[in-house]
Amino acid sequence: MRIDCKHVWEHISSYIDGDVDASLRAEIDRHLETCEICSAVLDSTRNVVVLMADDRVFELPTGFSERLHARLDQELELDDLPRT
Amino acid sequence: MTFERPELEMECIQRILAGEKHLFHGLIQPCEHSIYFLLLSMLHNEAEAEDAAQETAIKVYRNLHLFRGESKFRTWVLSIARNEGLGRLRKAGSLREDSLEAMAEDQEGDFTPAILTSWREIPSETLEKKELAHLLREAIQALPEIYRNVVLLRDIEEMDGRETAAALGISEAAVKVRLHRARLMLQRELAGKLKGFAPRRGLFRWGA
Repeated sequence: MRIDCKHVWEHISSYIDGDVDASLRAEIDRHLETCEICSAVLDSTRNVVVLMADDRVFELPTGFSERLHARLDQELELDDLPRT
Repeated sequence: MTFERPELEMECIQRILAGEKHLFHGLIQPCEHSIYFLLLSMLHNEAEAEDAAQETAIKVYRNLHLFRGESKFRTWVLSIARNEGLGRLRKAGSLREDSLEAMAEDQEGDFTPAILTSWREIPSETLEKKELAHLLREAIQALPEIYRNVVLLRDIEEMDGRETAAALGISEAAVKVRLHRARLMLQRELAGKLKGFAPRRGLFRWGA
């Protein structure tokens, strides 16, 4: 039995992560060969996932690291670390 | 300094506990990004998230002797960050009840993607355009929190399902369901807006 579009969408995230079993993957691949809508949905979702992982999307505020380590330096100076 | 190998991380921790305190800077540095953005996701305020991130780093340092290496160091650090965030939300009286989260988990909801008939890939070079990064950030910020935290750790911090589940105190199955819904919500929100960033055919090529 051929799977329908809705069924493909249910598995899109796992498909992108390579987390579907071989027989389901084969079913989805077969569907994608002929369904331009699901192909576009898959490509756009994967594209969004790839773009989000780029370091330029979520950059730390300017000076964040310097301020954090300066505060840590104060703590390190004050502290006598508990020994275990 | 990054710690691809947990044994180097454990060795570093032992040395810090033995008195080489300055090594703590290098130990916490690879976790800074995840700490800050998890707290920003929870607190919605940059100044508060930064303060909470500093408090988290100090708590990690003070409690370092309690880390037993049963989870990855970053997972342990993020659970401390999450508790710091929850504590602040509780104090501000704006902590959502767990039952709300459970309801959200059960609801069927409409998770249909945006229907397209073609997609031209947006290359990552396009991120140099500030407005694209801005659109992505806005879309993620607009997600309901339970989805946002998962997508943040899985897709932005690129942690695996197990690590994400441990850091957020939820099951791996819940991570999968939430990630799936979050990605479809983002696709639905962004597909139309991102199309304008696709290079026009024939203008230039990328990749092969």
